[in-house]
Amino acid sequence: MDYILNPWPWYITGPLIATVMFLLVSFGKTFGMSSNLRTICSIGGAGKYASFFDFNWKEQQWNLWVAVGSIIGGFLAIHFLSNSNPIDINPSTIEVLSSYGFNDPEANLAPAELYSFEALKNPFNLFLLVIGGIFIGFGTRYAGGCTSGHAITGLSNLQLPSLVAVIGFFIGGLLMTHILFPLIFL
Amino acid sequence: MKALKFLFTGIFFGIVLTKSQAISWYRIVEMFRFESFHMYGIIGSAVVTGVILIQLSKKLKLKTTEGDLISLPQKAKKYKSALLGGTIFGLGWALAGACPGPMFILLGAGYYSIAIVLVSSITGTFIYGLVADRLP
Repeated sequence: MDYILNPWPWYITGPLIATVMFLLVSFGKTFGMSSNLRTICSIGGAGKYASFFDFNWKEQQWNLWVAVGSIIGGFLAIHFLSNSNPIDINPSTIEVLSSYGFNDPEANLAPAELYSFEALKNPFNLFLLVIGGIFIGFGTRYAGGCTSGHAITGLSNLQLPSLVAVIGFFIGGLLMTHILFPLIFL
Repeated sequence: MKALKFLFTGIFFGIVLTKSQAISWYRIVEMFRFESFHMYGIIGSAVVTGVILIQLSKKLKLKTTEGDLISLPQKAKKYKSALLGGTIFGLGWALAGACPGPMFILLGAGYYSIAIVLVSSITGTFIYGLVADRLP
């Protein structure tokens, strides 16, 4: 039972994520979570404003079910398949983060300093989450996919544009973590 | 009933990503600081497994449940937008500590304020749709 309740190692979860991708491909679909954002725009009537959203979203309904499933999966994993063992974050990451005012990385998945309702009373934290979200939504569609569509599916299918996109993901991530984090949080 | 297999695939995905801690904000920071192999191991072993599964099923001419040959769409060869869009996405990924899949999963895991990121990302996609024709 401990094998289930403890965190799962990378060499188990990596192949399992590939299995998710392959399951969807074997159902005649593809693995791409960010496409749901476009679908949600269409359902909300965004097709009136831009032809990009003017498509038959009902054909994308299956992907919304994947999204609903992943919400349920997150719930099940936290409530029934986890113990309270700490997450094994590198001490030097912990040290740098604590200098930014982030503590407790071993107990949480998202920092209370940014995500708790208390933290969101600070408009600056709210602003950071909104900006983060807008960048995610804008960037994935501009790039033509996110981690699932480009990094997992595209690279598995040996797509050069996906490699370029993943290089972009890292340029952005490195810029944020090394250059902007000190400016924002120090 | 067709929805059920997608729902269960999603549930499986949510469990795997939670148990791998790939939905942890701290794990993302740690990855971009090159201070752990964990995330690289996940992405790397997923891609290696994926390449094998896809290439093998093409070689064996495996079919989907719909009866078509297994194949994946070619990604558009728009390298400039892949790089620029990828970089913008990477900035948001590192700041919010979540990509589109984990946003849904974190919601289920009880981190309700991730809904702010989710709604903002829908807004970001909407903004993209409005200006898509004018982007490089």
